[in-house]
Amino acid sequence: MAIVATSVATFISRFMGALTSEKVSVKSKVFQWFNCVAYSTLAALLGRMIIFPAGVLADSALFVRVFVLVICILVFVFSKKNLVIPTILSAILLSFFNSI
Amino acid sequence: MINHKIFLQGLKSLKGSRSPAIPLGACFIALGALLKDAGFNLQQSAASSLFTYALPGQLVMAESLLVGASIVNIFIAVWLVNFRLYPMTVSLFPLLDHKSQPKWKYYLSCHFLAVTSWLIAKDGYKKIDKKNRIDFWIGIGIGTWSTAILMTVIGYLSADYLNKDILIGLAIVNPVYFFCMMIGAMKNLSISIAVIGGTILGPFIYLISTEWALLFAGLIAGTIAFLFGGKNGE
Repeated sequence: MAIVATSVATFISRFMGALTSEKVSVKSKVFQWFNCVAYSTLAALLGRMIIFPAGVLADSALFVRVFVLVICILVFVFSKKNLVIPTILSAILLSFFNSI
Repeated sequence: MINHKIFLQGLKSLKGSRSPAIPLGACFIALGALLKDAGFNLQQSAASSLFTYALPGQLVMAESLLVGASIVNIFIAVWLVNFRLYPMTVSLFPLLDHKSQPKWKYYLSCHFLAVTSWLIAKDGYKKIDKKNRIDFWIGIGIGTWSTAILMTVIGYLSADYLNKDILIGLAIVNPVYFFCMMIGAMKNLSISIAVIGGTILGPFIYLISTEWALLFAGLIAGTIAFLFGGKNGE
């Protein structure tokens, strides 16, 4: 039952988006605004996940999470935007710092 | 009906040095383990990823159930956290639009819209001819979606072998991946303002209202980015 409720609540936003998209032109101002809002909503979600995480992540220290994030972003930037290395590194680093 | 070459090109985004398979795997393995904790059986856990396929919403569901929230409360909480999918769809689908393509492709494939697939599509759509972009998107979608379902099952089955330190390590992978992808996407002023503004406002507004934080932070930071970034000529 909860799965059905969750799925319906999620699909509504996607389907509404697909319907709205039919009326939105790529060149329009509205499209640019939606683009900005999409990126900032996503960024807001991520900022919250790091600062006020839910679930197991809440059991790690805030400065450790931020530290791991900064290191991994630096690795990403300096590895010609490789995504595999920083993501694997993040799990190892946080597990390590959290166990000491 | 579907252009196979382009479809495979989308599917292949799972490979290589920019592969989303590891972050997707990490977070859905953690989710599988959490769903087992929350009392779901294997079929229900797989169904959750099959039909919802949006991690933050699934986390909200599992955690709400653990604290005994009602179905209506779960519905509202999930809707609020997954509302981001609406602006995300509107900022992607017009790019994939082509008159020659049937509408059902768009209506069905909007289910694949999640942060990972969206970021990959935004990153790669320019390389694909406008006529075939929807097939490229379906390729990305099928790839990320099936990975998510498979990893949920693996996470569920391996829950007993995952200790807390491993689970915490797995939980950070996804935000790290998303942050890297977003920093890669900060190619013009408006998107840079949107990303930085959202990152700051998200946790800040969360202090005032936990449920509405995402919606307001996204609207405010996005509108500032639109007004300010536009004035400075992209």
